Amino acid sequence: MKLRPRAIVSGAAAMTLGLTLSGIVSSTAGAAVNPSKATSAAAFGGLSGLIKAAKKEGTLNVITLPADWANYGNIIKDFSKKYGIKITSENPDGSSQDEINAVNQLKGQSRAPDVLDMGTSFAVTAAQDGLLAPYKVASWASIPSTAKASNADWWDDYGGFVAIGYNSKKITDPPTSFKDLLKPEYKNEVAINGNPTQASAAFSAVYAAALANGGSLGNIQPGIDYFQKLSQEGNFVPVQAGASTVESGQTPIVIWWDYLQASEVASQVPGWKIVIPTDGHYAAYYSQAISATAPHPAAARLWEEYLYSVTGQNLWLQGAARPIELASLVKDKTVDTKAYAALPAAPKGTVKFPTQTQLTAAQTLVTQKWAAATGG
Amino acid sequence: MTTTTVSPEQPRTWKQRRSSIIAALGLLPFGVYTILFLGVPALAVVVGAFQSPTGGWTWSNISIASHGVYAHGFVTTIELALVTSIVPGLAGVVIAYAVLTMKGNALRRIVSTASGVFANFGGVPLAFLFIATLGTTGIVTSWLNTLGIDPYQHGFTLFSFIGVSLVYAYFQIPLMILVITPALEGLRPSWREAAEGMGARSWEYWRFVGGPVLFPSFLGGVLLLFGSALSAYATAEALTSGSIALTSIQIGSFLNGNVLAGQQNVGKALGFGLIVVIAVVMVGYSILQRRSSKWLH
Repeated sequence: MKLRPRAIVSGAAAMTLGLTLSGIVSSTAGAAVNPSKATSAAAFGGLSGLIKAAKKEGTLNVITLPADWANYGNIIKDFSKKYGIKITSENPDGSSQDEINAVNQLKGQSRAPDVLDMGTSFAVTAAQDGLLAPYKVASWASIPSTAKASNADWWDDYGGFVAIGYNSKKITDPPTSFKDLLKPEYKNEVAINGNPTQASAAFSAVYAAALANGGSLGNIQPGIDYFQKLSQEGNFVPVQAGASTVESGQTPIVIWWDYLQASEVASQVPGWKIVIPTDGHYAAYYSQAISATAPHPAAARLWEEYLYSVTGQNLWLQGAARPIELASLVKDKTVDTKAYAALPAAPKGTVKFPTQTQLTAAQTLVTQKWAAATGG
Repeated sequence: MTTTTVSPEQPRTWKQRRSSIIAALGLLPFGVYTILFLGVPALAVVVGAFQSPTGGWTWSNISIASHGVYAHGFVTTIELALVTSIVPGLAGVVIAYAVLTMKGNALRRIVSTASGVFANFGGVPLAFLFIATLGTTGIVTSWLNTLGIDPYQHGFTLFSFIGVSLVYAYFQIPLMILVITPALEGLRPSWREAAEGMGARSWEYWRFVGGPVLFPSFLGGVLLLFGSALSAYATAEALTSGSIALTSIQIGSFLNGNVLAGQQNVGKALGFGLIVVIAVVMVGYSILQRRSSKWLH
């Protein structure tokens, strides 16, 4: 391939960002329907039309989906087998911001991500920037209205509760609440999964602690105060907790998403128990979206239909995540009862989610105050 | 630079000219590499620091980055970089000198190979190595406990400024040994013999001969350590989860996180701040360097 000087410069700029040039830009052919603009399977003349269009594309690019996260390993395998569509999985351990960056930087290339699975605040920002293609899956009505964009730019997929996990072989007096964790017997034993100014799991632990200590979705300050106290009491270990720190014995108690504890810690540490704290209930869901510049627009839409089918929803459930349509699955008796029974008991009543304004305010406050509150 | 020498009266032959062109071509990959991987990203950081998310020019990123927790972050980062460059720097010189003056080549080779390995060890694996040894349930901590010493009862914690400094020393000391050894080897025994012949005592030799000769190299080594401490990221992040305000971790929250959306340019402003810090240190370094190496010429 012959490159003109300008092309070398722009190609080199892309390489600076860790990318390589790829020659082929897939064409979005299709005489009757433009799959990039389809907002439901009906545009393809129903699901069979969508499957046909997707098979013709033959490939789907997904990004930041770790195999041991919410059962994505099996979901990817099953989808590929079922439809004969090859899935390219990029940067499995990346963050939501990495997804947005990939959409922006790979625009127009065949390697660009087709579908996204990200934190809701990132979905909202991406929608404002016009990066997402609106689409309604067949079971759209089963997704609660607070868990989707009214213009169908994004919709929630799966989530879970902030939970306390502990190694029952080391912890003889099981903690059941945030209040319990302040007991002197847990000195140097309580950790969270990362930096709350960076990792949403850790940030959510602070939110849950706020709810347990007189705070609200509009007031996260008591959560910061709680971790300050936990730190002063000497119970808080500021290590980024994970299976390895649990196995080494450094973090026998971890506050983290219930489904990630199930897939990443309980699978490695026999005797790992997970409880949802009695005094602070905080749940969050991730959001799905289709990239407006997806190189495989039909496959992207088929992937969404698959995820929101009974099969897809139950696959997430088998990964100990709570699919967004769980309530309808239970009602219709299509739920995988074994996987459902294995979830830690959910608190009674409906769970409330913060609004975008509340979330942004809470994030700003934690960013400002976390280091001062927990610094030694 | 070319290896051929050209005498002034003779015109350069084609052969000589060709070899200097080839030499310049040899530099080209490095030049391209530097522009692509240092120049372009640095420019993007500096430009981004002054842009709003929509692309207009603004001071607000710089203003956010220079106040409150971010200003505090710069102070802590510079403190950490100073502590973990000067102390391991001195330790590295002493160790390298001790090894050089010992008899036998085997130890020297072992130390330099080991330094090469340790100096490049970092990130989350390094953090985990220390958790497994000096964490509250670490092996070394348990040994100390059986001896009746519990470091955690005496104000020590691995997950603090002092802990992070200790972990940084793990790669900083070997790095210093690597860079200072050639300078130490350059100290000629005859200088010492001459000094002693004129009645100098050991400290006088170091004060008036060895010290001044070594000082420029020592300064260069400390500068390298300062830079590596300033930019270290993953180890501190894994050990402290952001409970120490460090600029590199704060940049990570903006550029790479799952929590803060749409504020990457504040992260770039923080990156710009680090560039300024390094620039100031470099200017100070070159002034000191010039002054301290003047008499050598």
